[in-house]
Amino acid sequence: MSFSDFSTEGFACRVVDLKKEFVLKSETVRALRGVTFDVPTGDYVAIMGPSGSGKSTLLNLLGCLDQPTSGSLWLGDDDVAKMTDDQLADIRSRRIGFVFQAYNLIQQLTVVENIQVPLFYQGKPLSREQHQRCLDLANMVGLGERLDHRPTQLSGGQQQRVAIARSLINDPFFILADEPTGNLDSRTTEEILQLFERLNNEGRTIILVTHEDEVSKRAKRVIRLKDGRLQWDRTNSQEVRDEAARYAIENMPVEV
Amino acid sequence: MMGNAMQYLMDISFSEVVNRVFWFFGAILAVWFVNIVINHPSAVMLGIKNLWLHPMRSILTVLGIFVGVASVIWLLAISKGIGDEVQRQIENLGADTIMIRTVKPPSEKLSSQGLTPYGLTREEYDMLSATVPTIRSAIPIREMRRQFQFKDRKLDGRLVGCTPEYAEVTKLEIDRGHFITDAENFSRDSHCVLSAKVAEKLFPYEDPIGQRIYMPENQDFYLIVGVLKPKGATAAVGGSMAAQDFSNDVYIPIRTLQQRIGDTIMTMRSGSREGEIIELNQITLRCRDVNDVKKTAELVSTALSSHEKMEDISVVVPLELLEQAKTTKYMFMVLAAMIASISLLVGGIGIMNIMLATVTERTREIGIRRALGAKRRDIIRQFLVETSVLSLTGGITGILFGLLCGPAVSAARSLANSWFEKQMMDLPAVVRTVEPSIVPESITGAFLISLAVGLIFGIYPAIRAAKMSPIEALRHE
Repeated sequence: MSFSDFSTEGFACRVVDLKKEFVLKSETVRALRGVTFDVPTGDYVAIMGPSGSGKSTLLNLLGCLDQPTSGSLWLGDDDVAKMTDDQLADIRSRRIGFVFQAYNLIQQLTVVENIQVPLFYQGKPLSREQHQRCLDLANMVGLGERLDHRPTQLSGGQQQRVAIARSLINDPFFILADEPTGNLDSRTTEEILQLFERLNNEGRTIILVTHEDEVSKRAKRVIRLKDGRLQWDRTNSQEVRDEAARYAIENMPVEV
Repeated sequence: MMGNAMQYLMDISFSEVVNRVFWFFGAILAVWFVNIVINHPSAVMLGIKNLWLHPMRSILTVLGIFVGVASVIWLLAISKGIGDEVQRQIENLGADTIMIRTVKPPSEKLSSQGLTPYGLTREEYDMLSATVPTIRSAIPIREMRRQFQFKDRKLDGRLVGCTPEYAEVTKLEIDRGHFITDAENFSRDSHCVLSAKVAEKLFPYEDPIGQRIYMPENQDFYLIVGVLKPKGATAAVGGSMAAQDFSNDVYIPIRTLQQRIGDTIMTMRSGSREGEIIELNQITLRCRDVNDVKKTAELVSTALSSHEKMEDISVVVPLELLEQAKTTKYMFMVLAAMIASISLLVGGIGIMNIMLATVTERTREIGIRRALGAKRRDIIRQFLVETSVLSLTGGITGILFGLLCGPAVSAARSLANSWFEKQMMDLPAVVRTVEPSIVPESITGAFLISLAVGLIFGIYPAIRAAKMSPIEALRHE
């Protein structure tokens, strides 16, 4: 991009005319046909769309797991669309916090070690401050007492909270959450969504991919994709968000 | 052609070439590994931790390398031990000597009626010692089986008639008294010298010096004038495959033997009388210079060409035997190293197999790590560290076990001796007495090869792991 008024100041990321094509044997699949939107720092965006809409492709591009066919993706002052595999890996370890549907913790590592993994790949030995930060994050997500537990010893909600702590360890530009509540019951879903809300109120930028309306209504803003294009991009009013939160709590199954 | 190649390997010192190659690659591997240990200690810890998740699997994989490394060291040590033993036995014959042995001619060459004299003659001895210019000394030898007796103690052994130089040439060392002297030989004294074992068997309590031993076959007494120190066997010469064993020998002056026993020996064997007429069993020539040995041997063969028809002598040149033995030793060691390398190769395949399984099993973990910022080379390093840990553990334990080769072989031998005494006696002396001699290069070599095997067989699975797209890997169940 070369316009003089283009600035990355105040944005977690800027997506400019992003296209992605997959060349299969007989045909070319155009998964993304030119998507443009901005995510200002501190925003809470839900990306929605039916399957085949390009949602996963966009997620992979935002997560720097894949490279677009054309277009730009600005993370800070860098256009990651033009980066090599190694540079992308570096970006992932420093600027992006992943939260997955299947938690994706490493089974043989403890809670605290799982939280440290992104730091491990920044190429420097762990400092005392970083170690303290791990403990603080574990405390923040309520797992301060279970630092030495393995993922198999934790419930789904607890595992997802470890994953959220892990996503924050590198102080990322944004948290990229891919169906973070997809494997959870409504009570734990509520816990996680409240945790996201708290983080957002503290100034964290969150990009959340979901297909559940109840979840998307909790975000500040919803982007809907269809057939590889942006269908609409609207802001949820505070009333909608509060209503959704209240509805979720009221309809929570009663604990027997 | 083959001979030339072997000669070449021997001369430019095969081990030197191997050493250089090893050190070159070894240096590269060692630098890589030390670099990882220093700069990524956490990667090493992680590798060990991951391997410990499947202890049985890891131990079995290590076992493959362990066996490979240990067998390289063992096979090389044993083959070198055998080779050294053979070489030592030949060296004991003396590199500057030529031995002309009487051998029993094929039966069709002997007349069926009566006894045909064969073999070396005293005349030929006189001719050789007088005419061959390059020799320092010539020793006539006559040997025969005899029974020796003192009081009621009896022993079957070998009676050797010889001259004083015999002791020096065959490296016999006198313990007490003296060896046969020229004077005793000249005056045909009935004096004898006992080897250590004969002295021990016949005189367990008495001092043998000054006693007389009795030979029942000739009804003769011999005064003991000297006792020898114990001596090991030397290489086989002449027709027999057995090494020359000096342990049951009794030495007397050759002129005494000629006068008292003569050339004709009759023995009773299973009812029939057998006999032989031999003047000399062996003439040992010592050359003035080792470089003259080959020429002298040719000259001697020509001088004794009249024996060709009877095929009743053989010329043994220890120097030639020594060269052959060295070549054989190297071929043997190369063969041993190749066989052992096969087991290392198998161990390497074991590593590759297990790492491929691990890569598939941990596809999802690889995806997670890649998503969280691991570069391709981080993944490669992680898997290579694991294979290196496996192969180094196998290498180090294999070396430790390899160093136990000596004690282990002697323990195995003493066990075999007590359980299969008879079978063991039938084995060649070299096998019965082999002392493994560890080849230092085999230790550095085995260590470096084990590291290299780990890396070579680990690199493919590691690259396969790193090449996976993080998206695909994350989707993997």
